Amino acid sequence: MKKLLLAICALVPLFAFAAGPSVQLDKANNDLTDKESLKNGFKTYINYCLGCHQLQYQRYNRTFKDLGIEETDGIENYMYTGEKSGDHITNTMPAKEAAKWFGTAPPDLTLEARLRSPDWIYTYLRSFYMDEKRPFGVNNTLFKDVGMPHVLQDLQGVSSIDEHGKVSPAMGGSLTTEEYDIVVRDLTNFLEYVGEPSKLERESMGYKVLIFLFIFFVISYFLKKEYWKDVH
Amino acid sequence: MLTNFMAWMDKRLPVTDAWNKHLAQYPAPKNFNFWYFFGSLAMLVLVNQILTGVWLTMSYEPSGDGAFASVEYIMRDVDYGWLLRYMHSTGASAFFIVVYLHMFRGMMYGSYQKPRELLWIFGMLIFLVLMAEAFMGYLLPWGNMSYWGAQVIISLFGAIPVIGDDLTQWIRGDYVISGATLNRFFALHVIAMPLVLVILVFLHILALHEVGSNNPEGIEVKKKKGTIKPEDQSKFTFHKQYTDKYDIVDAIPFHPYYSVKDIMGVAFFLFIFCWVMFFAPEGGGYFIEAPNFEPANGLKTPEHIVPVWYFGPFYTILRVVPDKLFGAVAMFGAIIMLFALPWFDRGTVKAIKYRCTLHTINLIQFVICFIVLGILGTKSATPLNNMIGTAASFGYFGFFILLWFYSKNEKCKPVPERVSH
Amino acid sequence: MSNVPVNNGRRRFLTAATAVVGGAGVVGVAVPFIGSWNPSARAKAAGAPVEVNVGKIEPGQLIRAEWRGKPVYVVRRTEKTVADLADLDDQLRDPNSEKAQQPEYATNPYRSIKPEFLVALGVCTHLGCAPTYHNGDFDQFVEGTSEGFFCPCHGSKFDMAGRVFQGVPAPLNLMVPEHSFTSEDTLLIGVGQGEA
Repeated sequence: MKKLLLAICALVPLFAFAAGPSVQLDKANNDLTDKESLKNGFKTYINYCLGCHQLQYQRYNRTFKDLGIEETDGIENYMYTGEKSGDHITNTMPAKEAAKWFGTAPPDLTLEARLRSPDWIYTYLRSFYMDEKRPFGVNNTLFKDVGMPHVLQDLQGVSSIDEHGKVSPAMGGSLTTEEYDIVVRDLTNFLEYVGEPSKLERESMGYKVLIFLFIFFVISYFLKKEYWKDVH
Repeated sequence: MLTNFMAWMDKRLPVTDAWNKHLAQYPAPKNFNFWYFFGSLAMLVLVNQILTGVWLTMSYEPSGDGAFASVEYIMRDVDYGWLLRYMHSTGASAFFIVVYLHMFRGMMYGSYQKPRELLWIFGMLIFLVLMAEAFMGYLLPWGNMSYWGAQVIISLFGAIPVIGDDLTQWIRGDYVISGATLNRFFALHVIAMPLVLVILVFLHILALHEVGSNNPEGIEVKKKKGTIKPEDQSKFTFHKQYTDKYDIVDAIPFHPYYSVKDIMGVAFFLFIFCWVMFFAPEGGGYFIEAPNFEPANGLKTPEHIVPVWYFGPFYTILRVVPDKLFGAVAMFGAIIMLFALPWFDRGTVKAIKYRCTLHTINLIQFVICFIVLGILGTKSATPLNNMIGTAASFGYFGFFILLWFYSKNEKCKPVPERVSH
Repeated sequence: MSNVPVNNGRRRFLTAATAVVGGAGVVGVAVPFIGSWNPSARAKAAGAPVEVNVGKIEPGQLIRAEWRGKPVYVVRRTEKTVADLADLDDQLRDPNSEKAQQPEYATNPYRSIKPEFLVALGVCTHLGCAPTYHNGDFDQFVEGTSEGFFCPCHGSKFDMAGRVFQGVPAPLNLMVPEHSFTSEDTLLIGVGQGEA
């Protein structure tokens, strides 16, 4: 009887899972071990994003080291300003003016992947559509009335939205849909890396620590059993 | 050599005597079970928080302008900084998991009953200080959730009539939460509260050793002197301070038996702790909350302002009461009920094993309500959630009220003299 | 049973095994605490190599650069200054730069890559003050010379190759940092010749 009561009571907490609806996001399927993808994402970022969005907590030389880019190659191909490789990845956009131009200053993106999730970024960059009511002529199904122009438009092309809110496939870009998705995915992969550069090191250390702790537990278990033979 | 050194020490400070009294000759009941690991685990986590906390202070900048950036400095530029940070953040959540389970043990086995009321009070004070410590610590990363969570909780004090607004301004040290608030919370979090915490833990253990540990059957192992036959006396040697006053049965010296068992417990706990820390340090968004990955912004409120998960139960109680002042009163009242538990329980049988079925059901419903309140605390205040929360709050307070009523003339099972083998 | 553990080989072995493995664990835990005290990436970035344009320095002129928080003296020596260096040898503590105060490629009579340029840390090897450069009136400190370095704190003297004189508190020649020339006019302080 007690056990039955217990079992029924245990189900009650499930009521608490009355959660609200969440937005449907596409999966980015990032792979942080794919260095080529990360390099491509880095390149895309430098060419298209850095003009407005800083990565102020990430240093160039750390990025080179983690992505397997030779320092001299990195300085030549990824750094267009006169900074040193140990410097943070910043731009010279003045915040106050930027706020005026875009409605709000373009945020720093170092932690964006941790703030919103990689899937969000992946979906966002593929959700722009034409909207002549907006200052830059575009809107975004994931981020309503966003102040950002569609910077990757020449790659993706333009989409339009019908009366049901469905977005048509993009037309007129230099890349096919599959190619564009890969570009965006590489960029998202890169941003996930930038959000936490030590993630792979963390997980690798984790495996070793857990194996060690398992061994230690086994030894300490036998030690305990041995001493507790005294206790009756 | 060592014996000479110890003789020299003991003449000047009773080191060996203290070692014996509190470890090698301290009588601990032999039937400690799984629930008895959490006291020593709480101490382990405390040491972790202090060590990692001190190390983080070496690189952290307690200013409104520099705090957020200094956390990223620790995560990226300081060798192993990311590891120290995660040890500290995972440790904070682990602390509350361990402490809640530790408190639950006390409730299950009646470890708060006479003569252990003061022990329970010290424990409750530790819990209170721990909540203050965690609250202040959470402001330090100066993320957006840090800022707004602090904003909500500090503004609660505004509910106090007459002095409320002045009080909140005094706590903040400014007209809004600012660098002034951050700096003073930093000082309290790094020095004042830890000092108080360590002193309270010391007193907690001292009070425990004075009256002796309870056990899962609630049967005292320290019997009146002279009541135990010589052949039933314990084979172990216990400290004079105990054996002078009592005949001790069914107990074993803490060292080596429980030191060795606790080492095993520590190994297992660390396995789970490290699994979380190395593979899911964000705790699904509950240990490190996503909105905190952008800096504090007084002009931009996060979608859902919720306190960190461990404050959930008390936050829900606050929220379900429609009035601001009475909500705060209810929230503090929930903690006061816990303080007064030794006096709500008018019974003398300690452990759940020998108490009436109603008590078992009452305790189970309390736990379910506490968990439901906790889960609701992480969600937004929808009408449905408020309804469930109100019901769970009644269950929470009802536990104490019901207990007061049935504990006076409770139909308990007969309690044996000796702990069962 | 008393509190004395059973003198059992197995008990001893298991205790030792636990202690050893536990000890290894403690060492492992200590690694991040000790490691975090190493210079951070921020410190290393601040200590990064510094480029100096030496094309515009006049003969006899000294310019100050900063590298790793320390002053670096870059002096364009005249041919006469370089030639006169050998005359001072017997007044110096370490005329042949035998002590390791300079990289291999600067272990020569003029203690640098190009005889024209002295590159040395402006840090007196006594207690760290910045010695003053004297161009023309150094004979008040050392007869028969006209240029050199005089440290105002305790009176140590160095010649135009940064070599320390005898009879002064400073024990060693001024330190020559790793440096190289990336072009005719560009000095890179912090990266030695032949390094990447």
